[in-house]
Amino acid sequence: MSNIPADLKYVTSHEWIKLQADGTLLIGITDHAQGALGDLVFVDVPKVGRVLVAHEACAVVESVKAASDVYAPLAGEVIAVNEALAGAPELLNSDPYGAGWMWQLRPANPADIDTLLDAAGYAKVLETA
Amino acid sequence: MSEPLIFERSSPGRSAYAQRPAAAADFSAIPEALRRKTPPLMPEVSELQAVRHYTRLSKRNFSIDTHFYPLGSCTMKYNPRACNTLAMLPEFLARHPLAPMSHSQGFLACMYDLQEILKDVTGMAGVSLTPMAGAQGEFAGVAMIRAYHRARGDSARTEILVPDAAHGTNPATATMMGYTTREIPTNSEGDVDIEALRAAVGPHTAGIMLTNPSTLGVFERRIKQIAGIVHDAGGLLYYDGANLNAILGKVRPGDMGFDVIHMNLHKTFSTPHGGGGPGAGAVGVSQRMLPFMPIPIVGKATSPPPLAGEGQGGGASGEAASFRWLDERDLPQSIGRLSTFMGNAGVLIRAYIYARMLGRDGMQRVAEYATLNANYLMASLRDKGFDLAFPGRRASHEFIITLKRQKQQIELSATDVAKRLLDYGFHAPTVYFPLLVPECLLIEPTETEDKQTLDLFVDALVAIWAEARRDIKYVKGAPYTMPVRRLDDVRAARQLDIRYQPKP
Amino acid sequence: MPFIPHTETDVADMLSAIGAPSFDSLFDEIPAELRCGPLAHVPQRLTEMEVARLMHGRAHQDRHGLSFIGAGAYEHHIPAAVWEITTRGEFYSAYTPYQAEASQGTLQLLYEFQSMMTALTGMDVSNASMYDGASALAESVLMAERSHKAGKRRVVVPRTLHPLYRKVLFALIDAQKIDIVEIPHDASGRTDIGAIEALEAGSFTCLVIPQPNFFGAFEDVDALTNLARAKGAMVIAVVNPVSLALLKPPGEWGATGADIVCGDGQPLGAPLASGGPYFGFLTAKQELVRQMPGRIVGRTVDLDGKPGFTLTLQAREQHIRRSKATSNICTNQGLLVTAATIHMTLLGAEGLARVATASMHGTAELLKLLSDIPGVSRVFDNGGFHETAIVLPRAVAPVLEALAAEYGILGGFDLSADYPELGNALLLCVTETKTHADLRHYAEALAAVLAR
Repeated sequence: MSNIPADLKYVTSHEWIKLQADGTLLIGITDHAQGALGDLVFVDVPKVGRVLVAHEACAVVESVKAASDVYAPLAGEVIAVNEALAGAPELLNSDPYGAGWMWQLRPANPADIDTLLDAAGYAKVLETA
Repeated sequence: MSEPLIFERSSPGRSAYAQRPAAAADFSAIPEALRRKTPPLMPEVSELQAVRHYTRLSKRNFSIDTHFYPLGSCTMKYNPRACNTLAMLPEFLARHPLAPMSHSQGFLACMYDLQEILKDVTGMAGVSLTPMAGAQGEFAGVAMIRAYHRARGDSARTEILVPDAAHGTNPATATMMGYTTREIPTNSEGDVDIEALRAAVGPHTAGIMLTNPSTLGVFERRIKQIAGIVHDAGGLLYYDGANLNAILGKVRPGDMGFDVIHMNLHKTFSTPHGGGGPGAGAVGVSQRMLPFMPIPIVGKATSPPPLAGEGQGGGASGEAASFRWLDERDLPQSIGRLSTFMGNAGVLIRAYIYARMLGRDGMQRVAEYATLNANYLMASLRDKGFDLAFPGRRASHEFIITLKRQKQQIELSATDVAKRLLDYGFHAPTVYFPLLVPECLLIEPTETEDKQTLDLFVDALVAIWAEARRDIKYVKGAPYTMPVRRLDDVRAARQLDIRYQPKP
Repeated sequence: MPFIPHTETDVADMLSAIGAPSFDSLFDEIPAELRCGPLAHVPQRLTEMEVARLMHGRAHQDRHGLSFIGAGAYEHHIPAAVWEITTRGEFYSAYTPYQAEASQGTLQLLYEFQSMMTALTGMDVSNASMYDGASALAESVLMAERSHKAGKRRVVVPRTLHPLYRKVLFALIDAQKIDIVEIPHDASGRTDIGAIEALEAGSFTCLVIPQPNFFGAFEDVDALTNLARAKGAMVIAVVNPVSLALLKPPGEWGATGADIVCGDGQPLGAPLASGGPYFGFLTAKQELVRQMPGRIVGRTVDLDGKPGFTLTLQAREQHIRRSKATSNICTNQGLLVTAATIHMTLLGAEGLARVATASMHGTAELLKLLSDIPGVSRVFDNGGFHETAIVLPRAVAPVLEALAAEYGILGGFDLSADYPELGNALLLCVTETKTHADLRHYAEALAAVLAR
């Protein structure tokens, strides 16, 4: 079974969202997603300053045999990205919820956070998939 | 035993003296600012070293000439040697692509004949030989669809429909032509979901790209109905000729209602795959698409005698007819030129020679025996307990088995079987394509394999399954008898090493 | 039955194993109304002996001439070993090396090819080849557009680029909404730098620089490269690989070098053969590797830590990326690359430099001989590589016809259709394959035809 931390939020396209103390969000892909993709060899993250529309494909992760888009779970502006991934895409495999975070977002509308799935909701998505 | 890189065989100052001009290089002829200052890092070896190195490398390959190669969707049949020998006659090799017509009539006669043969076997009104591979044929086909709609002033058609089982080139090509693609689902029998198709078509539909028999190895039975739905919506039908071998001389794409097709001559007409090319992706079109064909095309000034009459004498048609290239002056609405000259001419000559050796009846036999071999192999594997992806269907020239059950029960994957087959002396079938079928092996034996080879292949698959039940770890470690064992693809991508750099 | 091994017993056994009563029943899923009758226009089969006779006859009709045509396809000596080895069944009849363990020969050869092409062009990365030079240029332009996301989609192309390359480029990028700006040539037969200076900075994505250009002349590649940079554009070099043995590689052009280098590999071991198959090469700077189209081979290790070769970065390609792939290409010209790699190995850097030198000297010698003919002069007043343009005192086409018909000489490429501003201009090419006697024969024949 894949790991689904209780303190995070999720979307059905397999991104996780972590609410920071300052109201910004960290975003990455779930343990389930990294497991399904296999060993990742390349990660392309959005540029800092880019304003994302919700559900927009804004990043790409590649394994040897697959390439997958990563979607913006919420609208907002990219304020930081995880530079370490360029040289070490394997962080997404080894620590998807920690060192493998992808970008930091300032949400356009903080109330959108309430629309996200909680851990139990995401677990249900995986069960029924 | 490994073979070092040619660079590692190199010694400064060594050379293959007989092959290079006797006079020394003269850099002073080049203006100082444009001159090369340091020589490129190239091997410095003797002729024997070069010959031995590349001969040794050749022995580290599987090929049709050495192994059964049942690679689905690739039609790895025997490439007759005469096609190569005759295509490499000195006059053919020496002909410059821009040579005057007075020095080109023999070559053009071959190309004209090939156009006529391909028109007949596909039921199309016109053929252009110029696309350099199947993917470029697809490009030409979709470009013609676009040109057709534009010529009618219809700019609303922005979408190409593609079945979800299609080759990746189909959606990639549609994108290159500025279209968006919409996938049409496949039903459980392997056919296009007609209701989904009906719901998808409309005034935005430029066309649909179909392979028939499909990549699932089954014939799309309701093709006329599909053609009707797409045509009624104002769209066009594109035939991906990847699987033409299955129906050669039996059913013609033109009769199925297709407007544009491409053929993979390196599959159906048995030109060599060459370790990944060159191919040849001739296109055929229906009457209304003729003005848009890619150039150049061979035209003739007078009627040659019928092809059948010249067989014994040789070269008769050239005397009676005068052939020339048709270009933009003849086809002002053409989608244009896809290669510097006329495409992969040498591949086309090989296809022509093959077509002449097959002849009228041989074309039909290709489809018959390719289908016989596929259905025999499918029945044999089913009888040995393998699961067919579409058990209720006839195989076309290829079929799919799925290892979903083996994967669940003993962790045996399609990759494991593919790699272990190499140890048994068989090239692996296509694995993990089409994407719809889990742990699939797409198997295409082709018509040129004998029954005994097919039986041995079945025995190998049975043996591997038994091995896996005894010791799955062992099978997962395969291959053991190849020049290398399973390679680390992840490292290849993460620590990119794509050129030789000498150690400092 | 040609190429079909089945005996009658085999067929009977196989049909019975399938449970099919007849051959015809194997096609019972195909609606009867779709089945076609006999193929009326396909002739009856020929035996190998008969088809050999036919093809020898056809080959004979392509009368051999003493050729001075270049224009993108060049006659060079190809060492005998090149095609002897290339047509070994193990290379000739192998498929794309998707099963790496069973394809180490092809894969290692492609790695060696990539190494040689990066060395020759002075770049970091190479793919395993494209279809031909013109299509490689179109893919290079698309690659530049992908990696240059901001700004106008506009490519600047000089008219000194091969006219057929320009036509192919237009056809292949037609649907991509990319503007093409053509730059005229100046009186010296080079790209008019002033016309590029006049373009606004940031108004175009990339500049295409041919070296040598279609007229055989050397472009001022340093100035052009620096100018493109100053305008915020990328540089695509289109080069003849043999010339690079003598010429500064594109990686060293200007202050920064070119970004992408492409061209036709035909001069490296591919016979003229009516225009193909040849191969295109494409090399680039390291940072563009993920934007490259086509196959790339990488070196890695196997389970035992032993070195081996495999296709890599496949997630760029159509079989994985589908509609988002960098290109729809799914072949390389593998067999031609096999020939080219063996060809380059046999010649080495020194051998290629000798071929380039001999070709250049021959061209200069012929130019000198022809300039002595009354009414014949060179079009541009500068030196060049192994091609040059001359102007005749009358229309070119009838002169070429007379040379071919009466002397068996294919006298060059008539420039008047593509470059009417040059008058009765003819592009001719000399490679190392021509002797002094050949050159004199041409000069005498041309003098005789023009004297009439």
